[in-house]
Amino acid sequence: MPKILTVRDLSVSLENQDVIKNVNFDLEPGESLAVVGPNGSGKTVLLKTLLGLYPYQGTIAWGTKVRLGYVPQKIDADRHLPINLQNLLEAKADIQKLSRKQLDATIEAVGLLPESLKTPIGHLSGGQFQKALIAFALLGDPNVILFDEPTASLDELSEEHVYDLLNDLRKTRGISIILVSHDVSLIPHIANTVLCLNKTAVCYGPPKEVLTQAMFEKLYSPSHKHVHHAHVHHAHDHNLYG
Amino acid sequence: MADTNLYALILALAAAVATGLIGGFALMKRMTLAGDAMSHIALPGLGLAILWNVQPVLGAAAALALGALLIWKIEKRADLATETTIGVIFSASLAIGALITPSEDIIEALFGGAEPVSIITLAIYLLLAAAVIIFVWKERSRLIISLFNRDLATVTGVNISRLNLSYLLAFATTLVLGLRFLGALLVGALIIIPAAISRQFTHTLEKFLAGSAIASALSVAAGFWIAATFGLDTGPTIVSVAAGLFFLSLLKKKA
Repeated sequence: MPKILTVRDLSVSLENQDVIKNVNFDLEPGESLAVVGPNGSGKTVLLKTLLGLYPYQGTIAWGTKVRLGYVPQKIDADRHLPINLQNLLEAKADIQKLSRKQLDATIEAVGLLPESLKTPIGHLSGGQFQKALIAFALLGDPNVILFDEPTASLDELSEEHVYDLLNDLRKTRGISIILVSHDVSLIPHIANTVLCLNKTAVCYGPPKEVLTQAMFEKLYSPSHKHVHHAHVHHAHDHNLYG
Repeated sequence: MADTNLYALILALAAAVATGLIGGFALMKRMTLAGDAMSHIALPGLGLAILWNVQPVLGAAAALALGALLIWKIEKRADLATETTIGVIFSASLAIGALITPSEDIIEALFGGAEPVSIITLAIYLLLAAAVIIFVWKERSRLIISLFNRDLATVTGVNISRLNLSYLLAFATTLVLGLRFLGALLVGALIIIPAAISRQFTHTLEKFLAGSAIASALSVAAGFWIAATFGLDTGPTIVSVAAGLFFLSLLKKKA
């Protein structure tokens, strides 16, 4: 089966600063790739670069017939905007020439309540807002979704709902997922591949093999400054999830 | 004469609906003050047109179109907030405009006049107003998503740069529509105030935009009537009525 995404020697510089250097990875159909790393490691920039929002060097090759959905990191919606979720979903449906049926199916799939649709976007609770962003991403039937910290501002219960939804999407619709997350403990439940990023790729492989205590220390240790090449690490002594 | 007065009123009402809609988005884009300032860019154009014996509105339109392009370019290059950019251009325009506009014409250029309106002028202005209204209707979805989040808009397929330029040009057209009866100093008020009035009453987008257009048309109609009845200048009367409605709206609760 052809790959959904191939990334080779990807480097991104913003304001003359190297943010990402020589990153390589692939995404297969139905795969869930989690990108982990400390603050400022380039996770969000990587996602935005994949979406075409930043200039880059190297190769980003999306497969044919890829339809992208994007759930950004928590947006501080302007509380004064008289715009509700219904307006946003209808606007996207209008731009992408989607039918009313597709719109209603998305609303149902995410489990949005009618009152959430009519509430000004800046007045939604954290959980409702995240659902709204997911609904916006799902509209248009994407086969790849990029999530940037989808549960960063949620309580545990809402967080579980979001991850259940992600797993459900993958299983029922075969959607490929790229997920940026700070919460390493949940990764084995939601991802089958992990990319540890700290400007460069520090590890890349199945969670159980690469998310070892040693890798964890390497990735988050304050003394860790630069890693010059991508490595693929295998099971080590203290496997966090083994 | 009665006909030309009626034409002037129709022209002003059409301009009011356009300013109400454009103003609604200006308020949501947080560029209402920029809108007020942008109208002053018309002044050097008006001054040059008067000096060269050309239709003043043509000079104003050319200056505003150039101003819109300049603001768009500077915004893209320097990544400055729209209001900062427009603020710099506004100050320069006002200074240059004041220097080159003949002193006997400066009051009308700043506050508008009550020149008779011919049927041809009316037809041209109605076409311009229709163009602005159609722009808002056709681009509403792109405008809405870009207001919410620029990255999401880009991923959805919105060309933000092109949308910004189109909006600035529609904004400039709206200013041209209002210049004739409000002048360079007051036309911005008809973009800010009706949207601000409408925002006091509603949380929903559809009602907000409709309310902004209605508040604008109401201010113009009442302003025309009061000015004609009491022999006052039309432009300042319209803006005073709009301001009065705004202060009244502060007493209301949102529906």
